[in-house]
Amino acid sequence: MDMNQYLEIFIDESKEHLQEMNQILLELENKPDNLKLLDAIFRIAHTIKGMAGTMGYSKITNLTHKMESLMHEVRTGNVKINEKIVDILFECFDALEEYVENLIANGEEGALDTEALVNKLAFLISGGDIESEKSASKSNVEKEDKNNGEHKFSIEFDEITKNVINKAIESDVNIFKIDVILDENCMLKAARSFIVFNKLENLGEVISSKPDVELIEDEKFDLNFEILYFTKLDQLTLHNELINISEIREVVIEEIEEKIKVKELDNASDIVKTTDKKIEKNSNKSEKKDNKKQVKKVSKTVRVDIERLDNLMNLVSELIIIKTRLEDGGNQHNESRTSEMHETIEYLERITTSLHDAVMKVRMVPVERTFNRFPRMVRDLSKDLGKGINLVMSGEDTEVDRTVIDEIGDPLIHLIRNSIDHGIEDKATRIAKGKDENGTVALRAYPDGNTVVIEVEDDGNGIDSEAIKNIAIEREFLTESEVSQLSEKEVINLLFNAGFSTAKEVTDLSGRGVGLDVVKSKIESLNGTVEVDTVLGKGSKFIIRLPLTLAIIQALMITLKEEIYAIPLNNIKEISTINSEGISMIQDQEVVLYRGKTLPLIRLGSILNTTNYEKNIGDMLVVVIKKGDEEAGIIVDELIGQQEIVIKSLGRYLKGINIIAGATILGNGGVALIVDSNQLF
Amino acid sequence: MEDIREYVVFKIDNEYYGMDIKFVENIEKAQSITRVPFAESYLEGVINLRGNIIPVVNLRERFMMESKDITKDTRIIIINFNGYHIGLVVDASSEVVQFDEGNIEKAPKIGDSVKNDFIKEVGKDNGRIVMLIDIKKVLNIVESESK
Repeated sequence: MDMNQYLEIFIDESKEHLQEMNQILLELENKPDNLKLLDAIFRIAHTIKGMAGTMGYSKITNLTHKMESLMHEVRTGNVKINEKIVDILFECFDALEEYVENLIANGEEGALDTEALVNKLAFLISGGDIESEKSASKSNVEKEDKNNGEHKFSIEFDEITKNVINKAIESDVNIFKIDVILDENCMLKAARSFIVFNKLENLGEVISSKPDVELIEDEKFDLNFEILYFTKLDQLTLHNELINISEIREVVIEEIEEKIKVKELDNASDIVKTTDKKIEKNSNKSEKKDNKKQVKKVSKTVRVDIERLDNLMNLVSELIIIKTRLEDGGNQHNESRTSEMHETIEYLERITTSLHDAVMKVRMVPVERTFNRFPRMVRDLSKDLGKGINLVMSGEDTEVDRTVIDEIGDPLIHLIRNSIDHGIEDKATRIAKGKDENGTVALRAYPDGNTVVIEVEDDGNGIDSEAIKNIAIEREFLTESEVSQLSEKEVINLLFNAGFSTAKEVTDLSGRGVGLDVVKSKIESLNGTVEVDTVLGKGSKFIIRLPLTLAIIQALMITLKEEIYAIPLNNIKEISTINSEGISMIQDQEVVLYRGKTLPLIRLGSILNTTNYEKNIGDMLVVVIKKGDEEAGIIVDELIGQQEIVIKSLGRYLKGINIIAGATILGNGGVALIVDSNQLF
Repeated sequence: MEDIREYVVFKIDNEYYGMDIKFVENIEKAQSITRVPFAESYLEGVINLRGNIIPVVNLRERFMMESKDITKDTRIIIINFNGYHIGLVVDASSEVVQFDEGNIEKAPKIGDSVKNDFIKEVGKDNGRIVMLIDIKKVLNIVESESK
């Protein structure tokens, strides 16, 4: 394929466009009448169509073309926008996204078949009334259509309803056809039927009715109407619920499950189509996995603001100028030489600092990239779970290193899912507790000094520390007496323990803890920390702290005899001196009383087995390090000072070496190792 | 052409060893090596090679020979074996030797020396015996992968 060189550009740009489309769709859902949003979707679909056309991706072209046509019809007012159309647009978006994913994985569109989707779009474009759809689908069906005579339903299913029914059959929902016959003496037929609908809506989902709801509301019906209805209730309960409404003469309820199969023959082609699509999707997925193992064709890229590159370029040219000045300085042999040198070196230092900064900024991208997918996810989740959720996001423009962006997505998904699934109560419980019936999940990002903080907060039920205690004892993580000694916070932190979370019964009992250990280890692998604040009954807040960048950090350089080590400044609380006379032993552990607390001491030289190690005595330097709420003191020989260091990996051959997080190159060209102080606890 | 193999020949004490040239990236003069705690004893440490951190294996230690201070002849042979960039510290290295397939033989077992594991073949070069090392064994790569 000679187009391959453009593949990366195509992927980058379509990703951006899709992200935009996602946002607009979510907005559109709330403001379906906003023509500007429709225009925007039209424009995006058009752009993607153009690009895909150039690249020869016929499936994407075809789909976006139909989307474009639909948007056109909506804009001209031929088709009225409604929830179904938005849903279908979401489906289109999903399909497009999958195509792009396939392109990333193996450079091809993949086998995903969107014919059904395209047909749906075409159907909506054609004006989309039920009759025309029937005749359209009839031609597809004719071959198998032997049972057409047994057509028992007076309610017609449109394409979408059929899909909904098929889905419902798969899940455990009962489908009923309800025939409601009102009393002849009924005065306000519309009001009566409204009560029926209202009742039904509270107990399940009304799919469609004959005549249409609007007509019923306008009292344009005789004495009876039919409703297609989904519910978890059984037939008898439902009947009792309805017959209790006054002025209703008769309620006839038929379960559809059996008959839908007859109907299915009618719909055979549709069902086949949907299952086909599913199977294809599945095979597609496994294919994708295989392919990923083989080759990942697309390299990681960062789209960079041109201003930042200009800035970088300027700095590099300044470096070249200063280099020339240094050379000149070296050739001059007059008295002003030393002061000249001094000045030049100072200038050089300024430039290199700015250069570091500039390079770092080039690697930075806004967290928006990760956040963007959450509104959709929350929308889907809240629909699935039947909970009303408001997602409030702030600080999307906060920037973090590109490598962090890629890694942070999964942990955040975990946390948000947890919040919605287990944290936020269902509507009834919330109302009973006097909370707003809709829960709120807040996702915030903001820079804080050298770190970036991301918070996931919900106003749900919080975490029950008593339940955690019980589980810890039950599962023999801790004994009863050990548990009783733990502070509230320590108890909550048990959730992050591996094993604690994977066990299913734990999830059911405490309602929390799905994969929290995974979240924690991921965040820690990024040199970050995760904490949780929770108030039972009020909600929980997970606080993730991440370093701004992974490549360059501030570190304290120390020596142990002749060896130089770097300790990341992030993990250092303070530096102090203690005297060996103040050291006492608690269970083979040296501790010292420091600021009213016992501080465990770590003799780093002994742990790292330094050459010529001697146990320090008398006054000694202690670097106090922290990990969450814990503190410890590292005994070192000498301090060199604070330095900005570039982290280098030790490479594949030495991976998995304990306590050493990497290496950095010193001013003299030597190598110093970086101590991962978190591993010292 | 096919039956000629090229080796970088290096010296430890008075013995000559050969390293398949296809794995050799370059040969560096000795420089300061930073010790890495918790690593295998034969891992001398890491060096800075033009901005990259390269682990360095001491072949004397690996072959369980007496250690010796760095001299002006000491060299670090930088190899690239299946993407592992690793340095080997040797006493001296200066030449590349071509062996005819016919001049390469299976290595004789010498007592219970550890070298038996690392040397599968020997090459004859004008009456000089060159021990051809099995780099995968020397670096113990399988083991470090399974860790």
